Order: sequence, then C-alpha cells, then structure tokens
Amino acid sequence: MATTTVPSPRKKVNRIGLGPSDYKGGRSTLCAGCGHNSISERIIEACFEMGIEPYRVAKLSGIGCSSKSPAYFLGSSHGFNSVHGRMPAIATGTILANRNLIALGVSGDGDTASIGIGQFVHLMRRNLPMIYIIEDNGCYGLTKGQFSATADLGSKLKTGVINDLPPIDTCALAIMLGATYVGRSFSGDKRQLLALLKGALGHRGTVMLDVISPCVTFNDHEGSTKSYSYVQDHDAPLGEVSFVPFFEDITVDYDPGTTTEIRLHDGSHLLLKKLDVDYDPTNKMDALRLLTESHDKGEILTGLLYLDAERPNFIDMLNIVDVPLATLPESMVRPPRQALDEIMEELK
Amino acid sequence: MGTMDVSIGETKAPPREERVVNDLSIQIATVNGSGSQSANTVLLRSIFQMGIPVSGKSLFPSNIAGLPTWFTIRASRHGYIARRKEIDFLVAMNPETAAEDVMSLEAGASIVYDEKLNLGRLRDDVIYYPVPFDTLVVPICPNAKLRKLVRSMIYDGVLAKLLGIPMEEIRTALEKQFKNKPSAVDLNFKAAQIGYEYTEKNLPQRSRFYLDRIDLTRGKIIIDGNSAAALGAVFAGMTVCTWYPITPSSSLAEALTRYVKRFRIDAKSSKATFAIVQAEDELAAIGMAIGAGWAGARSMTATSGPGISLMSEFAGLGYYTEVPVVIFDIQRVGPSTGLPTRTAQGDILKNAFLSHGDTKHLMLIPSSVEECFTMAIEAFDLAEEFQTPVFVMSDLDLGMNNWMSDPFPYPDKPLNRGKVLTSKDLERLGGFERYRDVDGDGIGYRTLPGTRHPKAAYFARGSGHNEKAAYSERPEDYVNNMDRLNRKFETARQRVPAPVFQEADSSEIGVVAYGTTHWAIVESIDQLKEEYDLWISYCRVRAFPFSQQVFDFIRRHQRIYVVEQNRDAQMFRLLRMEVSTEDVRKLRSIRHYKGIPIDARTVTDEIVAQESPK
Repeated sequence: MATTTVPSPRKKVNRIGLGPSDYKGGRSTLCAGCGHNSISERIIEACFEMGIEPYRVAKLSGIGCSSKSPAYFLGSSHGFNSVHGRMPAIATGTILANRNLIALGVSGDGDTASIGIGQFVHLMRRNLPMIYIIEDNGCYGLTKGQFSATADLGSKLKTGVINDLPPIDTCALAIMLGATYVGRSFSGDKRQLLALLKGALGHRGTVMLDVISPCVTFNDHEGSTKSYSYVQDHDAPLGEVSFVPFFEDITVDYDPGTTTEIRLHDGSHLLLKKLDVDYDPTNKMDALRLLTESHDKGEILTGLLYLDAERPNFIDMLNIVDVPLATLPESMVRPPRQALDEIMEELK
Repeated sequence: MGTMDVSIGETKAPPREERVVNDLSIQIATVNGSGSQSANTVLLRSIFQMGIPVSGKSLFPSNIAGLPTWFTIRASRHGYIARRKEIDFLVAMNPETAAEDVMSLEAGASIVYDEKLNLGRLRDDVIYYPVPFDTLVVPICPNAKLRKLVRSMIYDGVLAKLLGIPMEEIRTALEKQFKNKPSAVDLNFKAAQIGYEYTEKNLPQRSRFYLDRIDLTRGKIIIDGNSAAALGAVFAGMTVCTWYPITPSSSLAEALTRYVKRFRIDAKSSKATFAIVQAEDELAAIGMAIGAGWAGARSMTATSGPGISLMSEFAGLGYYTEVPVVIFDIQRVGPSTGLPTRTAQGDILKNAFLSHGDTKHLMLIPSSVEECFTMAIEAFDLAEEFQTPVFVMSDLDLGMNNWMSDPFPYPDKPLNRGKVLTSKDLERLGGFERYRDVDGDGIGYRTLPGTRHPKAAYFARGSGHNEKAAYSERPEDYVNNMDRLNRKFETARQRVPAPVFQEADSSEIGVVAYGTTHWAIVESIDQLKEEYDLWISYCRVRAFPFSQQVFDFIRRHQRIYVVEQNRDAQMFRLLRMEVSTEDVRKLRSIRHYKGIPIDARTVTDEIVAQESPK
C-alpha cells in the first residue's frame, strides 16, 4: 500500500537517544499530591537529562510509602523492594557484586531513622558509591500516620498527639559519619531538587539527600512542620544550586562573583550561587554549625550542605577487580587443581 | 567461679582389658590462655605421624583467659574418632578443676600432674605421675614471660616417654606448628625433652597404654571444619562474603580471608576477585549477601544460632524473592546465648522453616571435614540452581576441632550458575517473565541487574507478586506462586545430597542420624554387634528436604532410632512431619544435649535399653 511519509514531530531525546518516556515507571499508587510522586518525577528528569542508561541503574528500597516509589520510575531498571530498614545492606551487596551499577536507594524517615538507623549509619561510614534518598514526611503513612524519628519536637499529629522527642537530623548524621555528598531539599522545589539529583549522579561516593516530602493524608496540616505550607514558609536555601553535566560547557548562569564552582568525579560541575551567606560546602564544621543554627531558628536549611570529592569510596578501598564480581568467569574464581594440591600437601 | 559450672563428669563405662596398644584417650586439663593449645596440637600431630588414627576435641570456655579448658585426644587403631567418654590419661594442669577431674576418672587411669597440686592423696586406684613443671622449665627458659607458654610442652615430653612417642615425631610436629620460627621450635623441643628425660629418670611406666607405629594415616590431612568449609567456598567461586563475628563461625570467615588473599588475587591487575566485608550485625551480613546474590555474585555468610535468629526476616525475603545465597550455620548450644563454645545440633527445625509465613529452606548437613568442603561447593551450585538460600548445617565440634581426613577432591563439575538469561538470550526470546514456571520444575529464569537489554529488568519484592514480578494481591496469583515454590522444593528433593547407608542384612532396627553424630553411630553399631549381637542398619541424612531414599529406609525397618544432639528431637520431629502415617509409629528418639560431642556408649546404652523387653 502506498503511503505518504509525513515527518513526525521531532521527539525530544537525550544524548543517548532516549526520550523522557523511557525513564517512566508504573503508575503511582500513592495518594494524589504526595510529595513522593514529585520526587519520582525529578528522578526521571535527572536520569533523562543526564543520559543515564536505565539498565545500569539498580533501584533499591526498604518498606513504606517511600519504598514503593521505585516502581513508579525507571521501569526498565532492575529494582529490589526489600525489608524494612535494611535497604543499605541490599545496596551494599548489590554494589559489591556489580560495581558498575548506579545504586539508587529510596527510603523514608521511618525506614531510615527508626528501624533502619543502624544500617544507615554504617552505610554512611563506608561511603559506598550510591545515592540514598530519604523521602521525609515525619510520619508513617502506610500505617496511618504515627510519628517517625524525624518528626520535629512539638509537631502535632492529625489526632492531636504532640511529639515530645527531639528529631534525628539525618543530614547532620550523614556528614559526621562520612557521607561525601549531603543535601536537603523539598519535594516541591523542582529546580533545586533536580540540580541536586543531577549532581548526585556525577558523584562517586555516598550521596545522602533528605527530601522533605509532605504527607498529604496524615501530615499536611497546621501543627505539622513537614507540611507544604510550613516548609514553604521556613525553607532557608543555602544558595541556588545549578548543575552542568560533563557533556555540556559551562555557559549558563555563570556569574563568577557570586558563584562557587565544584567539579564532580565524572567531570560535571555544580554551581552554587551564594545568597546571604558565604558558604563553603567542603567545610564539615560549617555545615554542622549551620544545620544546628537553622534548626534552632525553626528553619529548614536546604541545598548542598556538604561535599567531599576526595575521600575514597568503599569499592576502591576493597581493591576489587574492575569487572563486576557477578560476571567473572570460572577461570577467575575457581583456583586450579594445583592450588588445592598445594594446600592438601601442607595439611598432611 | 566454681568448677562445678563447667564440669564434664559423666557416667561410668565397662572395665577394659590388660595391655592396650593404639587405643586410648588423653585429656589435658588446663587454663585457657596458657599456651597449651600448641602443646596439644603437637601431641595430636605426633600421634598422627606415627600412623595412628587420631582425633582432638577442645572443650573451652567462652572467655579469653583464665577459665578451665579441656583438650581430649583419642587415638584409635579402629579408626574411631568420636569423643570417647572414658579417659585413660589425664594431664592435670589446672588447679581449679584438678580434684574434680581426678575424681571423675575410671579406676586404673593415669594422671600426669603438676607436682604442686598434691593430687596423690585423692584416691588410690589410679596411677600418679607427678612432674615438677615449674622447676623443670626455669633452666631451659630464662625469659620469665615465655616460661608460661613453654611450660605446657613439658607434658608432651612426659607423655612421649610414657606412651612411646618417638621424640623425632615431636620435633617434626613442632616444625609444622612453628613454621619459619626455628627458635620457637628449638625452645619448645627443649621443653619436651626436659619432660622426657625427667620421666625416664623418675617415672617408670605403670599403665597399660602404649602407642606403636602403624600405617593407617598415610596420605591423610588434618584440618578443622571451618577451614574446610572456607576452602570449599574458595573453590566454589565464592565472590562475596559478608559476615559478623560470632563463635563458633568466625574462624570460617577468617580462614576464608586468608585463603582468598592467597589464591584469589587476579595476577594481571593485582586486584581481588572477591569482596569480604565484616558487617555491622547479622541483619546486615545476610542482607548484603542477599543483595549480592540478587545482583549475581556467589555470595555467602557464616554465623551461629543467635545470628540465625537475627537473619530470619531476610531468610524469608531470600526465599520469596528467590535469591541465591549460602548460609553456613556453625551450630552451638542454645537457647539464647546458651553455651557459646559448646556444640549442638539445635538449629535443624528452625532453619528448615526459618522466617514467617510458609517458608522452607534447603539444608545440607556435613558430617566430616571433607563434606564441609564438598557441601560448600554443592551449596553454591544448589543456591544458584534453585535460586534460594541454602543452609550448610555444620556445628562447633566439626567447625572448630581438628579432624583427620582424606585429601579433598578437586571439584569435577563446572560451576552451575543456574537459569540466568543474558542480553543475547533476551534478544532471541524477546522478553521473559521472572516467576513463570517455563520448565515445569518450579524454577523460573532470572536476569541480573546490569543486563543490557530493555526487557531485562524485573522488580524483586518481598510483597505479593505475579509471574511477571508485578505487585499482586490476587488470590490466584498468590496461590500460583506459592505452589510453584513448592514444586521447586520438590525438585530439590532429588537434587540435594542423597543419604548414605550402612545396611546390615535383614535387620529390623534402623538408625537415622546426621552431622557429627555420625561418628558416634558407626562406633556404636560395632559395639552393639560385638557386645550385644544386635545388628543395626544406618541411614545418614545429608540434606533437607529428605530424599525418597530416606522414606524407603524407614519403610524397610521396624524400629527407627533417630539420634541427635538437641533436647527437642528436632530431626525426629521433622521426619514425623514428612513420613507416611503408618511409619510415624516406628520412630524413636535418642538425644544427647550436654554441650559436649555425643559418644558411642551413650547411643549403645540407649538402644540396648529401648530394645530390652520391659
């Protein structure tokens, strides 16, 4: 049958020829308006814009609303929704087995700061190359709204119960323990979160991003410090974060007087436009001091809080072969007969 | 701490004949941290070098220094290597336990003891050999710090003279013990020699026991089960081991670390073809191993009872998401912290069904150091073939004691990596469904993360899922999946190591045992035959699920004694769940749960008692 070829409108594709839909996942089953869905969208955008090959990504999670979300992005990446609070262990094993994977872990505040705090702190110590995102709403959504360990002192549940315990600041913990890329953001701040995520994809160490993500069903009311309105009113950005991938020249937004430029492992650049403070994200003490100060003021400090592009990561420290351990051929993993003979001789 | 807390006293055995050659047991009672370990190993090796089958068992406290430790050496021309409860020679070096140790001996036993303990008046039906250890050690070891360690070697010399161990054997054993440390060899040998000479001059041999060179250990090796299992892992192509220290399994991971550093560094890049990570706890240890198994590594962890309890949630995840992983369980005495340095077979029931919901697991049960090696290799193959956790059920007795063995066979089969689809396969197939039973054996096909194909990915989850690995709460999806997992388990029944039989002609009586209980059984079968004319058939179970041959064995016999080392008759109960209703009544239970390895006499006495008409 003869047809006339009509040129289709040019599809938007990235540098590896994939379109945004190639990074989509299943339909979200989370509540409409949930902050987690916005985070999923930013992950999709970041991976698309960075030209990440989906097959190289391993999506990892524990249990909770947050941990369901890996099913809603990067549908052609492997995923492992494991057990509550134990995603760090799964991520560690995954990367040990295949060092070429990009491990993208999504956790929640309960999954991280309550049941998972043990694995969380040890993950931070190891500086395993992975991205660890906390979708932080200060409550347990899936079991109907109980407080988590990141709920602020004095914040109120829908039922009127007031939290009388101080919160765990996951960013401060991560910085103290050895994570090398630590940031805080807000699920509603598209621009900042996207820049932080793109930077994260260029980093080779533990990235820890605490993203305040209001729970529209149980924790988005007056009295909650993790509601949309509270965060919007109390967000204190450290500076404006822009990101230039390694495959682009730095031309945009470049104003040397007010911008700090940081080069990441893969050659990408993070541009930090200073606002009111003269902030150096490589200074651990400054980061911790600022976090404490803004916490005391009731502010949520957002942006890239800390970066150490020098510290060796866990895989480098283990001196593992370049080829993934998972795919080593038998000849490289089973020593020859004479090796066994040698040992047997020694044991006689 | 009172000595009663750690007593090992037991019931008496029948009297023995006159002159006894190459059949004796020596118990050395010391304080841990006193350097006796080298002296004991050297003694064991010397006897081994004389060609006499020998076994050594250490009974030690959960403590670093200062508590009583016993080391038992058994030499047996019959090749029996189970613990023997009768002690022929006691070396009493520990003031805390000496009196009790002496009182628990049979009449006619010999006692080598530190003179200053003044044991000679405790009873008059034993033979005393007092030795002035402190006086003897001073001239040969001017360094006071070393003296404490060297002192123990003196009793090796004393025993060498009394039993007839040539001193050159002691020297050879010392050279093996202190490789590359000639000064240590010399010093220790001097100590042994002092003991030998002192005995020659002052202590005439008055006991009935002698050792004489024979030729029954040629070509054999001596190794502990944990090192053997570690070697197995090395030759199984293990690539990731994540673990957390716990007695008695730590030495497995540590031996593994030594072996891989030696044999698994890629020559070209000088980089490791493995990753060994000491995790923050057992939850993380098994979690990392499961993450690695999911991503395609041959991964493992090693632990013991308390660790197993912590791992139970992850074990269920491994079962339900179908991830290969090998778990070495070096069983110790529970419940709770229990007796961390004592042996038991107490995790059989728990591991069979470890985790909540309908979960069940493959278990391999080694009896010997050789099986620690071969089953380690089989475990990795089975884990990948069946895409499931596999437990290797060793125990403290096997794992931490030295055992004589034939050299281990080099694996004769290539690695079995199971049903893994590559991007080429996907190209050909156009896609796949992770949990579909394509071949009817219950085992689906999997892909590894990082497989370069748009259809390669699937989402592993501990929540309900359908054949496509998509979230599902539909009843038919759930049932379909659970039934397939059952089918997989049934397939495994005939793939796991088959039982081993030792059958008597037309016997009505059968024994079922497993793991280290084996060594008491083979000896007990001989005792029953020789002393009571009772002929027994024996089925050594080597795996769970039980293969059909186990059920056939039970069907063929009238009475089945299930012998094991736990209080609650765990294997007995597991068998009762699985055998046919008419066979259930045949099962009888014999249990030994004292924390010390089971001995043949206990089994013999129990069977005789139960077989005798009431």
